[in-house]
Amino acid sequence: MSSIESKGVSADLSLVLAIRSGDTNAMTLLYDRYSSIVYAVALRVLGDTGAAEDVLQEVFLQLWRNPGAFDSSRGNLGAWLAVIARNRAIDGLRKRRPETDIADVAVSVEPDMAGDAERARAMEKVRGALGTMPAAQRTALEMAYFEGLTHIEIAAKTGEPLGTIKTRIRTGLLALRKTFVA
Amino acid sequence: MSVHEQFAEDLALYALGGLQGDERVALEKHLAECSACRRELEQLRGDMALMALSAAGPTPPQRARQRLMDAVAREPRAGTVRTRRAWWAPLPWLATAALALVAGWFWRQSDQLAQRVAELENESSGQQVQLQRARDVVETLTATDAMRVTLVAAKTPPQPQGKAIYVRNRSSLIFLASNLPALPPQKAYELWLIPASGAPIPAGVFKPDAQGSATVINPPLPAGVEAKTFAITVEPEQGSLMPTMPIVMVGAGG
Repeated sequence: MSSIESKGVSADLSLVLAIRSGDTNAMTLLYDRYSSIVYAVALRVLGDTGAAEDVLQEVFLQLWRNPGAFDSSRGNLGAWLAVIARNRAIDGLRKRRPETDIADVAVSVEPDMAGDAERARAMEKVRGALGTMPAAQRTALEMAYFEGLTHIEIAAKTGEPLGTIKTRIRTGLLALRKTFVA
Repeated sequence: MSVHEQFAEDLALYALGGLQGDERVALEKHLAECSACRRELEQLRGDMALMALSAAGPTPPQRARQRLMDAVAREPRAGTVRTRRAWWAPLPWLATAALALVAGWFWRQSDQLAQRVAELENESSGQQVQLQRARDVVETLTATDAMRVTLVAAKTPPQPQGKAIYVRNRSSLIFLASNLPALPPQKAYELWLIPASGAPIPAGVFKPDAQGSATVINPPLPAGVEAKTFAITVEPEQGSLMPTMPIVMVGAGG
C-alpha cells in the first residue's frame, strides 16, 4: 500500500492488531524481530541467563495477553518492549513488585528498531555516544539504568554530590538523544 | 519544547524509576497537568530504549522461543478465528465501515465533544478514566467480532468516501477511504493537509485495494499545524510536493 505503511512502525502496528485478533503467527514474527533486544537488556541487568529468559517470556506474554497496552501513536514497539524489559529486569533485580502498569508507558524515539540494519546502525551510534561521554557521566548513567540505583544510592556509592549525579544522569540520556537528531 | 526546568532532572530520574517520596508525588501531580513534561517523559523513555541498544549482542536460546509459543498456545484468545486469508486484508474496509458508522454521530456531537475536550484538558483527575474510554473506542473500532454496517440512502450507488481524523497537538492523522475509483497506471492518490495559511502539506501517498479501500496512518507531518481542509489529488506514484489539479475529494473541518 502506501509508502508510509511500509515503514517498520506501521508494520508493527499491523502485527499488534493481528495479535489482538489472536494470530499466533504475528506473535512469532514480533518475537523474532525483538526478542534479542529484550533478552540482551534483561541479561545485562540481571547477569543470569535463566532470569533473563524469564523476563523475555513475561514481556512477550504480556503483549500477547494485553496488546492494547501498546499505544502505537506514541512510539515504536521495539523501543517500548526494550523499556518494559529494562524496567521488569530492574524490578527483578531489586526484588520488588512491578511498579508501573505497562499501559502507562509511552515511549517516543527517533530510530526505527524494526529492521536488523536500522537497529545495528542505531546500536553503533549509541555505543559511540557512550564511548565519547565523560567516564563519570557514563558510570552514573549505567548505574541508574542497568543497576536500577537511585541517584541517592549512586551519590552514596561514588561520594559525589546529589545534584551532580542528577545532572549527569539527565545529560547522559540527552546526549544519546542528540546522536539521532539530524 | 518548554519543559519546566525545575522538573527537568526529576523527569529523567522518574523515567528510570529512581524518584521516590515527596519528589515523586510532586512530579506526578505536575505531569497530570503539563503536556510538555509528559512529552519530555516519553522522550526520556525513548532515550532509555536507546540505552538498551548498548546491551545488544546476546541472543536468547532457541528453547525460549518454543517456551513462549507453548505458553501462547495455552492461552488462545476468545473468538480466535484461523483463516487462510491474509489477516490484514479486511482491515482497511472494516475500519472504514466502522468509522462511517460512527462518523454521523461524531458530526452531530462535535460541538459537545469540543466542549468536553476543553473541560478534560483542565481535569487531571479524570484523565485515566478518559484514557480508558479512548482505549474502549479503539477496541470497539478494531474488534474482530464487531458488526460493521455502512448505511446509505436506499438505492444509492456506493460513493467514494474519505474520513480524516486529525489531532493537531499530536500531529496525528488517520485517514480511511472506501469506494475509491481505480487509478491509472503509475499514479497514486495523495492526501493533503491544507493549513489555515500557507501551502498544502503532503500527508501520505496511497493506492486503494481492489475494493477501493485505503488507509494512511500517521504520515510525517510538521508539528502543530492547524488544518483547514483535507484534500485528495491524483499524483505520480512517488507523490508530489504540490497538488496537481483537479482535487478529486475534499473536506473541511467543522
